[in-house]
Amino acid sequence: MSQSSSQPNRLAQGGRVDRTRKLTFTFNGKRYTGHPGDTLASALLANGVDVVNRSFKYSRPRGIVAAGAEEPNAVVQLGSSEAAQVPNVRATQQALYDGLEARSTNGWPNVQRDLMGSVGKLGGSFMPPGFYYKTFMAPASMWMTYEKYIRKSAGLGRSPVESDPDIYDHMNQHCDVLVIGAGPAGLSAALAAAYSGARVILCDEQEAMGGSLLDSRETLDGDTATRWVDAAIDELASLDNVTLLARTTANGYHDHNFVTLHERRTEHLADVAPRVDGRRQSRSRLHRVRAAQVVLATGAHERPLVYGNNDVPGNLLAGAVSTYIRRYGVAPGQKLVLSTSNDHGYRAALDWQEAGREVVAIADARDNPDGELVEQARAAGIRIITGSAVIEAKGDKRVSGARVAQIDIDGFRVAGKAEELACDTIASSGGYSPVIHLSSHTGTRPVWRDDILGFVPGDVTGMTPAGGAHGVYALDAVLEDGVAAGNRAAEAGGFPAASVNLPRASAHRESPAVALYQVPHEKPTLRAPKQFVDLQNDVTAAGIDVATREGFESIEHVKRYTAMGFGTDQGKLGNINGMAIAARCLGQTIPETGTTVFRPNYTPVTFGAIVGRHCRELFDPERYTALHEWHVEHGAEFEDVGQWKRPWYFPRTVNGKKESMHEAVARECLAVRQGVGILDASTLGKIDIQGPDAREFLGRVYTNKWAKLAPGRVRYGLMCKDDGMLMDDGTTSCLGDNHFLMTTTTGGAAGVLEWLEIWHQTEWPELEVYFNSVTDHWATMTVTGPEARKLLAEITDIDLDKEAFKFMDWKEGNVAGVPARVFRISFTGELAYEINVQANYAMHVWKTLFAHGEKYDLTPYGTETMHVLRAEKGLIIVGQDTDGSVTPEDLNMYWAIGYDKPFPWIGKRALSRPDTRRVDRKQLVGLRPHDPKVVLEEGAQIVFDPEQSIPMTMVGHVTSSYYSPILDSGFALAVVKGGHHRMGETVYLPMVDGKVHAAEIVSTVFYDPKGERQHV
Amino acid sequence: MSDVRMFDSRPATAVDAESPLAVSNLAERARRSAADPGVTLRERAFLGHLILRGGAIVLDEAVREVLGVSLPARPGALVHDADGERSIQWLSPDEWLVIVPEGEAYSLEKRLRDALGDAHFAIVDVSGGQTLVELSGPRAREVLMKSTPYDVHPRHFPAGKGVTTIFGKATAILRRPDEDRWELVLRRSFADYCYRWLVDAGEEYGLAVEASGR
Amino acid sequence: MFHIYCPYCEEHREEEEFHAKGQAHIARPADPDACSDAEWGDYLFFRDNPRGIHHELWVHAVGCRKFFNITRHTVTYAILETYKMGEQPTITAESLARGEKAGNVQAASGGQQTVGASDAAVASVKGAQA
Ligand SMILES: [Zn+2]
Repeated sequence: MSQSSSQPNRLAQGGRVDRTRKLTFTFNGKRYTGHPGDTLASALLANGVDVVNRSFKYSRPRGIVAAGAEEPNAVVQLGSSEAAQVPNVRATQQALYDGLEARSTNGWPNVQRDLMGSVGKLGGSFMPPGFYYKTFMAPASMWMTYEKYIRKSAGLGRSPVESDPDIYDHMNQHCDVLVIGAGPAGLSAALAAAYSGARVILCDEQEAMGGSLLDSRETLDGDTATRWVDAAIDELASLDNVTLLARTTANGYHDHNFVTLHERRTEHLADVAPRVDGRRQSRSRLHRVRAAQVVLATGAHERPLVYGNNDVPGNLLAGAVSTYIRRYGVAPGQKLVLSTSNDHGYRAALDWQEAGREVVAIADARDNPDGELVEQARAAGIRIITGSAVIEAKGDKRVSGARVAQIDIDGFRVAGKAEELACDTIASSGGYSPVIHLSSHTGTRPVWRDDILGFVPGDVTGMTPAGGAHGVYALDAVLEDGVAAGNRAAEAGGFPAASVNLPRASAHRESPAVALYQVPHEKPTLRAPKQFVDLQNDVTAAGIDVATREGFESIEHVKRYTAMGFGTDQGKLGNINGMAIAARCLGQTIPETGTTVFRPNYTPVTFGAIVGRHCRELFDPERYTALHEWHVEHGAEFEDVGQWKRPWYFPRTVNGKKESMHEAVARECLAVRQGVGILDASTLGKIDIQGPDAREFLGRVYTNKWAKLAPGRVRYGLMCKDDGMLMDDGTTSCLGDNHFLMTTTTGGAAGVLEWLEIWHQTEWPELEVYFNSVTDHWATMTVTGPEARKLLAEITDIDLDKEAFKFMDWKEGNVAGVPARVFRISFTGELAYEINVQANYAMHVWKTLFAHGEKYDLTPYGTETMHVLRAEKGLIIVGQDTDGSVTPEDLNMYWAIGYDKPFPWIGKRALSRPDTRRVDRKQLVGLRPHDPKVVLEEGAQIVFDPEQSIPMTMVGHVTSSYYSPILDSGFALAVVKGGHHRMGETVYLPMVDGKVHAAEIVSTVFYDPKGERQHV
Repeated sequence: MSDVRMFDSRPATAVDAESPLAVSNLAERARRSAADPGVTLRERAFLGHLILRGGAIVLDEAVREVLGVSLPARPGALVHDADGERSIQWLSPDEWLVIVPEGEAYSLEKRLRDALGDAHFAIVDVSGGQTLVELSGPRAREVLMKSTPYDVHPRHFPAGKGVTTIFGKATAILRRPDEDRWELVLRRSFADYCYRWLVDAGEEYGLAVEASGR
Repeated sequence: MFHIYCPYCEEHREEEEFHAKGQAHIARPADPDACSDAEWGDYLFFRDNPRGIHHELWVHAVGCRKFFNITRHTVTYAILETYKMGEQPTITAESLARGEKAGNVQAASGGQQTVGASDAAVASVKGAQA
């Protein structure tokens, strides 16, 4: 394998990479090498890859700017196969592994020769500032058009079109102290909290813990800072009250200290998670952390300076330059110009020079800098141009020079003639912004501090910021701040404060920084070369200027007008500069202007991690009855009823041909009407009710009367809400004077139990009654049809004589040798017995029924047949024939309403409200299509006059509609305005295809209107 | 309380019985058990499960008389009798779960009812509606952390505790009878889902399934 | 995701275990038939929507199945206290306005969750979110 590159920018020594091993990777199809310890970004820089992307709007070439999560440009698409594609990965956060394949997400057809860019900056004029705002104000359909175009040209990465080969999972975590960030503040906070005895979780988003110490010039106890980092991590790892989570980003900070951490478990190894001992492991894991206390040690992001053409590849953050040199052994260029507003930026120049490269000059915006680092630079012979800044970068795909000029910050003008310095790299530092994203997720407003020129986190219950996130930057102070925060958090949980032996850090003399949010140019902002504020969203200082000129005064509006801080960037680099520029344009202070709200997630989280294992066969619970296996073995098609899997119908194979659903249902229906069928009704909700006030309670929650129901008897009941609308129905049996068994609809089981409890617990606690779910304890088998008695008689000791065991009676006895309660109730209109046995024995009873049922051609039927049979009898299904706006009166069920019951039962009062008394309420009726072959569509709208003009006045809709095998015709249930008084009238159902069906309003009972068949 | 219809749901002569996990193919999973498992699952099927409702003061004496242990009145408490075969767990201020060996539920209910007389209480047999699954092994706690948002750290979940909580997208009663074992009481209709969830969560640690204890 | 102290289970539980049931302390009129249509309509349909302190009825659905009340701040989402059915809140918009519970907040009888009501100063007490 020949190498196409020799890593020209890799330094001979230094950094934490293993130069003895080579890793091969490709970027945009081209092969490169790097080393273990590299990120994709450091490896690209080592290989001298300048252009990594095209910009979103203007299609300008872009290079790597930062070294961490704040990177705006190097957002890549990963994956060597279609299934393993991952969009929106920051090259600065992606560890290099052998075989890694990455592509630019922007740039079409490629980043080097961008079509969009060369067609006259089409993107620029196509998307002026305010593009999003104006687009959203335009007709919505235009956005659909724009979106395709924008995605195609700008590219926001793409999802794989093949199924993800990896799995992802969740882990629920609890701790006393969650420390976010393992830099100097986080490590010292974690040590303090751990020593106190608290349960501690320490997470850090980077490949290695240590944060700024990993590339620090500073010493601790006279040794390199990383020596202390290693010791601190070893110490923490040895404590069993500490959980260390590396490669783990805290992405969301939610209510009451609920924090979501995204742990990338194998992303640094390969693009598909390798197996361990042959076992699958999750590619990434979402930790759902409930923390009593949070220590926010997220550090600070360096702010770039905003000057002309500051987006040309070769413009980097000063701190990133140091990181690449010191941590990765990569100097991303040859000749450096540094532009800074503070002392810290000088580190980049010192590191650069020590790496053997040329520092052309340092442009320091301050007039008289004299801090220790400044003196070091002077001593090293570096040219320092005080009172100046880089006002414009030269170059196209790589920096070729820097124009440096004296500037007047207060007057926002260039004060002298610019000097052009030849260079290939410009490092800039405009100070630091504490990383306040997470605290902002909670809704707290950050607080501006003039002394550090940045926002610090606002108050959050149970949260303590530490170190850089707290606006503390000097290393010795950061370590102490960490210990204080760790102790404060531990003490809040009742743990004693602990002392930590902190290493000695040397104090440094620093000269104060100066506030510089936009570097002036000779030309006014609107005509100067583009000065980028938000590189990812292509927002310029001029764009913000335009926004304020167009009247947008709220920073939230400026954000939406310009797109500043949108999307995956969340304003990490640009927000403070942008707000400051807006403030200046508006003549306000920064605190007056305020900040926009940072939202979760801090960095993109793959959908897989959010879903976890709740996918495919574990997507949702599948609830099975005790007879499920039999149904599967007998070829049932299943219907989802809530989470239950219920047999829908049982297609038979006749002469090698499997029945259609229509054929199977017709056969099942006729079997019940003419022979005997059996239904697994175990999913019905069942509630055991015990107590001396059980009967009184039933009377209050049901619309009908319960005072006289005798033991051994069963009654059908309607349950309303207090607005008079039906909420559930079912039968309730009197087991003993103080003992009832209530059944509910399958879907209503949990809701009805909660309903009973809420009334008992909040309104009538004095009633002595207990409710318990026994849904799962009992299996229920409905044997129904003219032959039902004969079949059941073969295997039971219960006297089934029609006088001894009447309709709406229940009896106890043995069925197939198993103790059973048998209820003579019918949802089919035929003779029916509902057999309840303890679920562990259900399969035995069911199989015994079939063994004896063969001679009767005992036919298993499913929910579809159940629906047809009950509808033929005009029996409602709550939730299908009702929808929360239907009263028992609307259903013509006056017989089930106890108007004269002594207690004002739930729903009664509402039945006399004016709205429930309206004569034109939608009422349940039967519909008989004029053409018996027509099966009306459920949900079809009903009109009285089909000739009226559109939009027609709709007067109701079809709620249930089937073909009836026994009647050999279609039939339907429907709600129609004033329907109860319209018997015999014709209504019309105009369909989408232009057909209009006519139907007659009839009784809801289509079959056996006298109800003789169930009484045999 | 009087006028409650008791019902012995167990057949007088043995018939084939199927636990809620009959559908879950435990034998096949047992065959594929890991050699050095991080977590081991074992169903304890067909135990007697009773729900006891009433005031703690009302129930306590009867429970002591009949079960020989005092009623755990503290939220989340779980106690066992002397030989560890019978347990009673606090579920709510007026609700307890009693689990006893197979076949004991009906006689226990009868004795409790006799002892309680005319007091206001309720006893409900739910033996057919739930089953018990035991988890053991060094990684059992991690399997639970993947499954429930409830804090299962020993500091927060010592032996002798039990709670009703979320399990996957279902619910379960989670108990810790002693230092080495966890117990899940699963509702019948959710049992297969929960079991599949456990098998999935345990896979990375090495999973063993022991034949169902009866 | 709220972290809610159940006054019956006597510990904090995850929001997933609870169902919110609307405004607390809505008593059903003792004699509905004596209510005018307007009064009955008020009871059925009209609820407060305050910015600030709100008393809510919740149920520990996956847990003890008991209903209880939560006093919650609708802006900060802070849960100021939870209390059992039949009890009255110790923290109300009025009590806060009178300054009775300014700054820190004390435990209601029974040790319910009671944390500081002000955004800035928050102290914890027995049962509070530590
Ligand atoms: Zn509770």
